[in-house]
Amino acid sequence: MADYPLIELRQLGKSYQSGDLATDALVDINFTINRGEFISIMGPSGSGKSTLMHILGLLDRPTSGQYLFNKHNITELSDDQLAALRNHNIGFVFQAFNLLARTSVLDNVKLPLLYSKDKNQMDERAKAVLESVGLGHRLHYFTNQISGGEKQRVAIARALVNNPEVIFADEPTGNLDSKSGNQVMQILQELNKQGKTIILVTHETFTAEHAQRIIRIRDGQLVGDELVEQQRIATEGQILK
Amino acid sequence: MSNKVRSFLTMLGIIIGVGAVIIIMSVGAGAQSLILNQLEGLGSDLIVVLPGQSDENGPPSQAFGITVTTLKYSDAEALGQSKNIANVQAVAAYYQAQISASWRDNDYDVALNGVTANYLDVENGTVEKGRFFTEEEANGAARVAVLGSAVADELFGSTEPLGQRIKVKNQTLEVIGVMKSRGKVAFQDYDDQVFAPLVFVQKLIAGIDYVGFIRLKLKPEADVDQALEEARQTLREQHNIENPLDDDFSVRSFRDAVAMITTITNALKYFLAAMAALSLLVGGIGIMNILLVSVTERTREIGLRKAIGATSSQILRQFLLESICLTLIGGLLGIISGVAISYLVSVVANLLEYKWSFVISLPALLVAIIISMVIGIIFGLYPARRASRLDPIEALRYE
Repeated sequence: MADYPLIELRQLGKSYQSGDLATDALVDINFTINRGEFISIMGPSGSGKSTLMHILGLLDRPTSGQYLFNKHNITELSDDQLAALRNHNIGFVFQAFNLLARTSVLDNVKLPLLYSKDKNQMDERAKAVLESVGLGHRLHYFTNQISGGEKQRVAIARALVNNPEVIFADEPTGNLDSKSGNQVMQILQELNKQGKTIILVTHETFTAEHAQRIIRIRDGQLVGDELVEQQRIATEGQILK
Repeated sequence: MSNKVRSFLTMLGIIIGVGAVIIIMSVGAGAQSLILNQLEGLGSDLIVVLPGQSDENGPPSQAFGITVTTLKYSDAEALGQSKNIANVQAVAAYYQAQISASWRDNDYDVALNGVTANYLDVENGTVEKGRFFTEEEANGAARVAVLGSAVADELFGSTEPLGQRIKVKNQTLEVIGVMKSRGKVAFQDYDDQVFAPLVFVQKLIAGIDYVGFIRLKLKPEADVDQALEEARQTLREQHNIENPLDDDFSVRSFRDAVAMITTITNALKYFLAAMAALSLLVGGIGIMNILLVSVTERTREIGLRKAIGATSSQILRQFLLESICLTLIGGLLGIISGVAISYLVSVVANLLEYKWSFVISLPALLVAIIISMVIGIIFGLYPARRASRLDPIEALRYE
């Protein structure tokens, strides 16, 4: 294991300029995330947790402070370098799934590979991750022919296909019934057991407690960073909420 | 683009534009071949002498309805002598008058063609029955006529025309021959003509002493340019002209005439093709419009692609490729429909008994394909740039 943290934030800030008015979305955020952690970022809507996730996920840049991802100072990287890091080191799971319509499950999962340097055996790799999330029987279904829970599992497979170090899940259970949501949390915990770093963004305490550590954001400021005393374990048949 | 109907409607501009260009080029070439076939019917080794000066490349003054009286029968005689033109084979002088011919109660409008006796040596005509008039008959202004096949049919029907007498103006002519049908040559209906001795037509019908034009047939081995120059020299001597700028005649080879007509029809063809190409521009704008709509519709998709690692240039390439695909498929469909319609035109023209050849030039097809691709690039660039510049966060948030 590398001896430096996966993610390190130092006095990180983000402000939006609109006309003469500057709005601070994030102020003076400091924390470190190590490899293999399962972390929830919690906060009410408008708290800045989405902005934080976008910066952590290399989709956005901070306006002040430093963000080190794998020791890379991301303010020094070009857009194309960030795109390459997102492709190889990061997987995203969104609340709204964001799958391509009129496209097969397999092709959706292959999508990150199209932008990857390693284009070997794309079909096989995509099939393998789909089987690992229990969707080996849905390869050639179109994404509008499968259920919401299956859609989110396709999205997880897509996030996994390039074997990233960290998975960002932005309210992954928000659009799901509790049974499907439970399945998704189960998969995320299983991935964490296998060594993947998971960063979950949510506003629900119940969901957040599936992580080992919770970072709380309010009004753009870090208001809490504690370990979960009793991590909830998602099991088959459990009803959420 | 997965929406097939919309894609097809978008491509329609390109399909129509490319199709129209192909049709115009192909039908234009077919029409050209028709015109050239007509001229070749006269024989391409002919030299024509027209009265009045004209520009090398311009139309003869007769084309403007001006009567010029500077050519005489003696000019034709001089041109026929091999001391003047080394490789001359035969010379015929012409004077044509539009006139009504009648036999009993039948009337028919004909072109009364006063020619010299060696007319048949100059042009590719043959007598079907009877005979052509002799040199003695021609010189003596004999009242004899050789009928074009249509004239014979119209005036006499099933009656044998040979030996009958027809009336033109107030003169009576004895029919001594009927020509074999030639159809239209150089856009004159040769079957609607009546041939009579030149001197007779000049004196007793038209009351003039000049000739309309002179045609020279050269020997196969003749150098056309040399013969043209010799003809000019001969006529200058005949007319006592020292400065070529004062020429009161113009001499042209048929070859030049063919070249001139080709130039004119080419210009027309390319002008029409350029007009048709305008619709490609319109089609391109249509494609740009649809692509912009598509970029807006697919904002979320673009955001996702960027989130999972697509760079801006990869997004740009993707949309540009889609645009090129659209225009390329449109171009190919345009080519297919254009070729099909051109082929149909040639089939119909041939059914109507025109000598119409179906011409498709491979370079034109290649150019059509390349132009379609270029349109795809030009009109796809702006929407593609717009897609590539979308902020992934905004794009993912877009509802």
